Amino acid sequence: MRKIKELVIEKSLFSSALVTIAVTVGIILVLAIEAFRFFSEVSILDFFTDTQWTPLFTEKHFGILPLLSGTLLTTFIAILFALPVGLSISIYLSEYAPKSFRKTIKPLLELLAAVPTVVYGFFALIVVTPFLQDIIPGLSGFNSLSAGIVMGIMIIPYVSSISEDALHAVPYSLREASYGMGATKLQTAFKVAVPAASSGIIVSVILAISRAIGETMIVAIAAGQQPRLTLDPTVPVETITAYIVQVSLGDVQHGSLEYRTIFAAGITLFVFTFLLNTLSYRIRKKYQEKYE
Amino acid sequence: MKKLVIIMSLALLITACGEKKEKTDNSEKETTALAGTIKVDGSSTVFPITEAVAEEFRAVQPKVKVTIGVSGTGGGFKKFSRGETNLSNASRPIKDKEKAACAENNIKYLELEVAYDGLAVLVNPQNDWVDSFTIEELKKIWEPAAQGTIMKWNQIRPEWPNEEIHLFGPGVASGTYDYFTEAIVGKSGSSRGDFTASEDDHVLVQGIAGDKYSLGFFGLAYYAENKDKLTLIGVHNGEEVVKPTLETVSNGTYRPLSRPLFIYVNSTSVASLEVVEFVNFYLENSSELSKDVGYIPLPDENYKKQIEIFKTFVESNK
Repeated sequence: MRKIKELVIEKSLFSSALVTIAVTVGIILVLAIEAFRFFSEVSILDFFTDTQWTPLFTEKHFGILPLLSGTLLTTFIAILFALPVGLSISIYLSEYAPKSFRKTIKPLLELLAAVPTVVYGFFALIVVTPFLQDIIPGLSGFNSLSAGIVMGIMIIPYVSSISEDALHAVPYSLREASYGMGATKLQTAFKVAVPAASSGIIVSVILAISRAIGETMIVAIAAGQQPRLTLDPTVPVETITAYIVQVSLGDVQHGSLEYRTIFAAGITLFVFTFLLNTLSYRIRKKYQEKYE
Repeated sequence: MKKLVIIMSLALLITACGEKKEKTDNSEKETTALAGTIKVDGSSTVFPITEAVAEEFRAVQPKVKVTIGVSGTGGGFKKFSRGETNLSNASRPIKDKEKAACAENNIKYLELEVAYDGLAVLVNPQNDWVDSFTIEELKKIWEPAAQGTIMKWNQIRPEWPNEEIHLFGPGVASGTYDYFTEAIVGKSGSSRGDFTASEDDHVLVQGIAGDKYSLGFFGLAYYAENKDKLTLIGVHNGEEVVKPTLETVSNGTYRPLSRPLFIYVNSTSVASLEVVEFVNFYLENSSELSKDVGYIPLPDENYKKQIEIFKTFVESNK
């Protein structure tokens, strides 16, 4: 009887693990098949070199570069904002803040990641953009700057939380040695603790980047929907994710070339986040070996 | 806990009873409950009105099923001329070729105007240089050849600022887009692709309202809702600069960005009571419903006149 029970539990656990793998494989398969069909009609060279993306219009161009530049630009702004803020928070929490303060503030910070992204999107559009327009005249109503900044706010907990864990894991003996050499607290924090925790900090940044690249609602709402190859943060752009949303909501016919552009864009996105996640996994593994 | 369960179930019971009662009330109100299917196809521009009418009609005649296709005006007439549909939505009058096809299959029909469609060309309120556009200028901005080349305001008129022009317009799935491109560029569905295209008109409002160098277009109804955030630009119709208003759209002086919308009724279909009822309901309610979905209603007397015309049409085809 007991054996059967064990078997049932074991098999059901196994099958639920299998489901997640099956779903992942299924997604990759669908993406790959549809993208393959897309690339049998559009040359892959055009896809990566054409500077215009207008698959829904009469003059069709299938250059992913404008969407890619939109994605990378908003992500870059987000990281530019989140890295210094997140890192300062993590250094403060692990090196300076009293323990009790750290215990309350850390979950509060993680709440930032729990805010629905559609709320962030409207926050960017309705609060941040008008505020920035007062500072920067000529800023468009839709722009990558405000979307990027708000996305940066969203990913602060990714950076601060994981970096803080890494800093916390640095053995105290290292710090004591540093104090013993006559270093100040600031010197110890920046010259000993941060370098020792660098791999963890890098992992946190990579995870944050991968989160920002895949982010959809904020950029769909606040960054505009105009594919444009530009590095100017004040004008409307369109990211890969925003394009996918736009086409999915319109009435593009299933099975048409326009429909398949979603998958071509999707697989590009997937490759990016997959590479980033693999990279962070590798680094994390290395970092664990170092201290445990 | 037990108490709670009892209260909950009581509450459920009460609401359940209430609903039932309402339902019987509704059906009692209906003196003649009709059944059947009404087939409609045609223009996607007229679709929102017909859909709104059908939705309201369902409340009155729940057993009548109205199916509405969006094959486009031409595709709709193709089916209509083969007698496959009862009604056809059209965003233009029937063409001679389509008339001939109807005659060939012995299909007689009646044309009814249901609303006007007007398109507003808009800029940001801070834009103090544009007072009007000509059709040629709009064409220059929006035609496919403009993609990547017409990027600045001073390329349209040299005295306008040397600033990038930011364009906003409905997406390709929108009937408004088809209509604008047909009226301005000359070919439906043909335009540049590097503008902010959204099926959601609120996105366009937001975009134009937040950008000094913006230019956009969409249905007049959305402008009416956002008058304080946007500036309406008049369009030169060949004789004078006209701004779209209820009057200029309904009297046709706002050319070419206004047009009447039609439904066509098949003469054999009016033998079925549900079709007659539906068309009457359509004409009685489209004044209000067309406004709801973003179009401009005809003058009230036109609806009344058409109800009379339809009545004689029904009589003569019985």
